[in-house]
Amino acid sequence: MTVDVFDKLKILTDAAKYDVACTSSGVNKRAAAGGIGSAAACGICHSFAADGRCISLLKVLMTNVCAYDCQYCVNRRSNDTPRASFTPRELAELMINFYRRNYIEGLFLSSGVLKNPDYTTERMIEALRILREEYRFSGYIHAKAIPGTDSVLIARLGLLADRMSVNIELPSQNSLRLLAPDKSKHSILMPMGYIQNRIQENSKDLVKYRSVPKFAPAGQSTQMIIGATPDTDWQILNLTESLYKKYKLKRVFFSAYTPVAENSLLPALNTKPPLLREHRLYQADWLLRYYGFAANELLDQNQQSFNPYIDPKCNWALRHMEFFPVDVNRASYNSLLRVPGIGVLSAKRILTARRTTSLTFDGLKKLGVVLKRAQYFITCSGKRADRVKNTSTAFLQSLLSDKTRDLYRQNFLLGEQSEQLSLFEPLADQQNQHMQEELRQCITGRI
Amino acid sequence: MHNRPDLIYCYDGSFEGLLCCVFESYDQQEIPLDIFSPASLQTTLLPVKEIQTEPQKAKRVFDSIPKKIGLAALDFIQRAFLTCHAQKELYILLFLRKGYRHGPSVMDMLTDEVVNTLVTAVKHLDKESHLLKGFIRFSVVNNTLVAQIEPKNYVLPFLIQHFRERYPEERFLIYDATHGMGLIYQPYKAMIIPIEELQLPEVDEEEQTFRELWQLFYNTIEIKGRHNPRCRMSQMPKRYWKNMTEFGEGQTLVQKRTKAANELPGFSGRLLTEKEG
Repeated sequence: MTVDVFDKLKILTDAAKYDVACTSSGVNKRAAAGGIGSAAACGICHSFAADGRCISLLKVLMTNVCAYDCQYCVNRRSNDTPRASFTPRELAELMINFYRRNYIEGLFLSSGVLKNPDYTTERMIEALRILREEYRFSGYIHAKAIPGTDSVLIARLGLLADRMSVNIELPSQNSLRLLAPDKSKHSILMPMGYIQNRIQENSKDLVKYRSVPKFAPAGQSTQMIIGATPDTDWQILNLTESLYKKYKLKRVFFSAYTPVAENSLLPALNTKPPLLREHRLYQADWLLRYYGFAANELLDQNQQSFNPYIDPKCNWALRHMEFFPVDVNRASYNSLLRVPGIGVLSAKRILTARRTTSLTFDGLKKLGVVLKRAQYFITCSGKRADRVKNTSTAFLQSLLSDKTRDLYRQNFLLGEQSEQLSLFEPLADQQNQHMQEELRQCITGRI
Repeated sequence: MHNRPDLIYCYDGSFEGLLCCVFESYDQQEIPLDIFSPASLQTTLLPVKEIQTEPQKAKRVFDSIPKKIGLAALDFIQRAFLTCHAQKELYILLFLRKGYRHGPSVMDMLTDEVVNTLVTAVKHLDKESHLLKGFIRFSVVNNTLVAQIEPKNYVLPFLIQHFRERYPEERFLIYDATHGMGLIYQPYKAMIIPIEELQLPEVDEEEQTFRELWQLFYNTIEIKGRHNPRCRMSQMPKRYWKNMTEFGEGQTLVQKRTKAANELPGFSGRLLTEKEG
């Protein structure tokens, strides 16, 4: 390893860090005799960066030289930034040495477009081939399909990788045309569809012949940039839902846009990344995947953005008070999942625990239910919680997280004037007024 | 059956020994106030009853568990025994007594205080062994992988399978400094042995290079605009940091130097990036 590798690693990590997918989940594997490397379906985080994001994979670019000029990207052709490229062998050697020391769970390999998509993909294939064949590495590899690559090459990449992804980046055709002139909806969705077909065919073949090599056994994922374009949460969530349904994606990732370029089409350089919005989208994504919600239940034509103060599930609950209260001793798993304060784990524990006993509020606490929230939405064998503060203030307080409560106070300067967190102040902002209206209806009407 | 608020059991610290305490509790129809092991022994004014470990008694209890309470319960108390809960022995005894009364459904009684206490302790153990699968850092010394950990729970048995599937052809050692035990593997067998102390030799140049490369990667992958040390801390508690390469000596040096330099007027965070490059 020469000093040169330090420079390359720095440049190519720096260029890859905005890609969010760093999971190593979805497949169980163990090293073949004479080889190295395993994978666990639950995924393993090896470290956490100072921004709190999990580090599971060595996430680097093959090269940050790029023929494309996507405006939102640090690696765009017109950006004046140092460029570097790993040779396939350098990269494989670095990766395997990190892997041996248990720094990482595998490799996340993406690339700028060097010359053209096919040439770039061939270099990625070579790096993966060295790892798989020469080092006999059976650990996790996530490879990025470059839009515009020939399907023969995608097929070869898919046989070497565990997970593949094609980044949608911008959630609408219109935004793509403006900001990524070299890409089109078609060039992104085509490889995605191709990969999905191959995975499906492959799973059929596997039933017939056990020795068929596996094609991207951990499935495929994608990523969208949030906040670089005017697309609304509703549009993004609908797109997400259809990606899960149509392309059978394992994950859709969201990346709050961190300004990297001065451009009249993009947010100004001093704009903070919209982290809260990204957070709300992930919460909603979870609701789609594990809680049985549909995108149109969470947002609709009239409410296209998530409420900044309360999470999507509470928001849904407030708009559907007719659904509550839910009785924890009788309700189905799916109904329990809709209660704010009850998650997947606690819902399962409720099902287990109520086999032997009738649950009380005290018992629920032991099961990990967040009673502060849930108490307004549940009964235990017909009984409501004792000593629930049935005031609208207490109710709202319980739905806000610590963070959003501060935010709420800051924005409306309420906390200091009255010890009550009032919902009924006249507000200028229309959307907030709308939300307040809703809250008031729910509270006075129901609780 | 009566509770004995004035009696303390003392056993030899082995799982068999604990099963003998269960035997004694049934034999004498009594429930002790607490159960001490040599590790937890403290001076007490209460009478202490020494429980001898007798393999036959232990076996009778052991065999009865799958029959009366189920295999899941046996696995569960074996895990519970490896946790760091201060009164795990007493709770295991209470759990088994409940189990003999209610049968396998005791595993469903999640809101029961005894069951809940053990479930929580086992969850802690499972969480810690899962985290360590990622947080363990090996150094390559004489072509052997060596790592040190300081877990609260006794996690080594839960790491064997993971690491032998990961590195079937390597030789490795994971030293648990908290419990003075080591997991040793060479193709293709693993064992856990007591180790008093582990002195690592100086690392060679190659090892040093990869450590620095990893630190460079670790520092570069952060998106500075999203800096969130609290989130990192909750995902990766600080007690793990001291055995992790990314927070190793070289790292703290870089940070210290940068901090000192940044305090000088005219420098504002520039030095760190230059240093790394």
